[in-house]
Amino acid sequence: MRPFSYIRPTTAEEAVNAFADAEAGARFIAGGTTLYDLMKLNIERPTHLIDVTAIGGLATIDTSGDRLRFGALAPMSAVAADPVVAGDYPVLAEALWKAASQQLRNMATVGGNLLQRTRCMYFRNGVDGVYPCNKREPGSGCAAIGGLDRGQAVLGASGSCNAVSPGDWPVALTAMDASVEIVGPAGQRRVPIAELYRLPGDTPHIEFSLAPGELITVIEVPRETLEAGTARGSTYHKIRDRESYAFALASAAVVLEIEDDQVIRARIALGGVATRPWRATEAEAVLAGQRLTPERAIEAGRAAFRTAQPGRHNRFKLELGARTVADALLIAAERSRS
Amino acid sequence: MSKDEWVEESDKGQCSGFGLTRRDTLKSGAAIVAVSLSTQGPNSAEAAADRAAPLPVTPQYPLLVRTTVNGEMVEVEIDTRTSVLDLLRERLGLTGAKKGCDHGQCGACTVHVDGRRVASCLTLAAKVEGGEVVTIEGLSDGDNLHPMQQAFIDHDALQCGYCTPGQIMAAVACVVEGNATSRERIREYMSGNICRCGAYAGIVAAIEDAASKMGRG
Repeated sequence: MRPFSYIRPTTAEEAVNAFADAEAGARFIAGGTTLYDLMKLNIERPTHLIDVTAIGGLATIDTSGDRLRFGALAPMSAVAADPVVAGDYPVLAEALWKAASQQLRNMATVGGNLLQRTRCMYFRNGVDGVYPCNKREPGSGCAAIGGLDRGQAVLGASGSCNAVSPGDWPVALTAMDASVEIVGPAGQRRVPIAELYRLPGDTPHIEFSLAPGELITVIEVPRETLEAGTARGSTYHKIRDRESYAFALASAAVVLEIEDDQVIRARIALGGVATRPWRATEAEAVLAGQRLTPERAIEAGRAAFRTAQPGRHNRFKLELGARTVADALLIAAERSRS
Repeated sequence: MSKDEWVEESDKGQCSGFGLTRRDTLKSGAAIVAVSLSTQGPNSAEAAADRAAPLPVTPQYPLLVRTTVNGEMVEVEIDTRTSVLDLLRERLGLTGAKKGCDHGQCGACTVHVDGRRVASCLTLAAKVEGGEVVTIEGLSDGDNLHPMQQAFIDHDALQCGYCTPGQIMAAVACVVEGNATSRERIREYMSGNICRCGAYAGIVAAIEDAASKMGRG
């Protein structure tokens, strides 16, 4: 690991200014569960760490208004255990408690989790010339394409990269139409979660639409469109190689609004199968105005993967993904009835 | 040899490099004195040399960290790259927390920071400035084992023992969090602690047992 200087400012302004003053190589660090891990692997090589965890007021959870507001520094475990989140927003709570382990959820923040980097094994294990990777070394190539691609994306890949976006929480937030508040050198702005993530294209090393020195401060989830201000008819359904403590092979975040057995609106996002949190609008269209039957649910699931492009070893994700969506829809429908 | 005798025997092993037996370490709650390698006078430096290992490298970015470990105030100069795990093991001689994977994947390094369980291998030591760290060495009350330690012995919740300090620290937190309310929930909330010997059945039984004794089951 490269040596780095370390500071721990107490205001967002100080943190942003420190970033601007630092030479190239500055990084913000919160829980560190991704960044410090990748520094040990010599993939991330910051020379200046700005620890943002002492910034005041950014760890609050506010569920009292017409929008749920989660301070970026709130630990994943705290948001998962919040009574309103756990009771009324199962899609959010499940995306959090089904991720990582309680130890890591105590460390990782809900803001930092949005910026978690891929678990692609060629990205993680091929540093210093072992495997090329366009994320690590732009322009070097991609060993995963045509390689051992069982875990790779079937949606949103390019000729440069097919690495899966690893998160669960960003997938749930995508289904909930969340947005993030950002502060940076140019002031404050708000970005819909859908615009935070970039497709790999020819520049897979640029994963987020954040400018250098920008810091996510708050995650906001609208609640006013939902009946009674809750999302009880929702779920985050996660399928893994083992029952717990693993990344998704396929996952589906589903938020349903149902009236008289008819789907008013279904919002569906996919994880584990795409290069970014993936909104499945084709699947949503299949359901709008329809009665939700098991047949319709699997039809919607298949629609989500109509444009999928599997490689040599990950074709199974098409069927697994479709069934994951179908199961998630039926779970959410059951919950919306109770 | 009974299990109790085995524990007695193993406790007589020397903790290499510090001249303390494991039993001494347990008894003293890991008696640590303030350690500052460059900023204090000769006497305290001399005392420190008895207790703490020196930094193995000349740090490019040294940092003075003040924190509480098992109830004792500690002051150590570290390299900014140091993890809490390396601070505990390499500098303070507290080798209970284990370095299994060093990437937050196995749970063997689990300790409590400010009352919450964390992976000490992925926690920068700089982050525990002003904080409170509790390790397996600080869990017992003198010679009286914590109910979770006793339960692990009673339920044969280990074979090789390598993952056990991490399992026990995670298990205590699991109970305190209120996540030890059923076998299913214990399994889910202990899934971050891998046991390659496969002692999981005993581990779950131990946690159920200890939870009732800790008043949270």
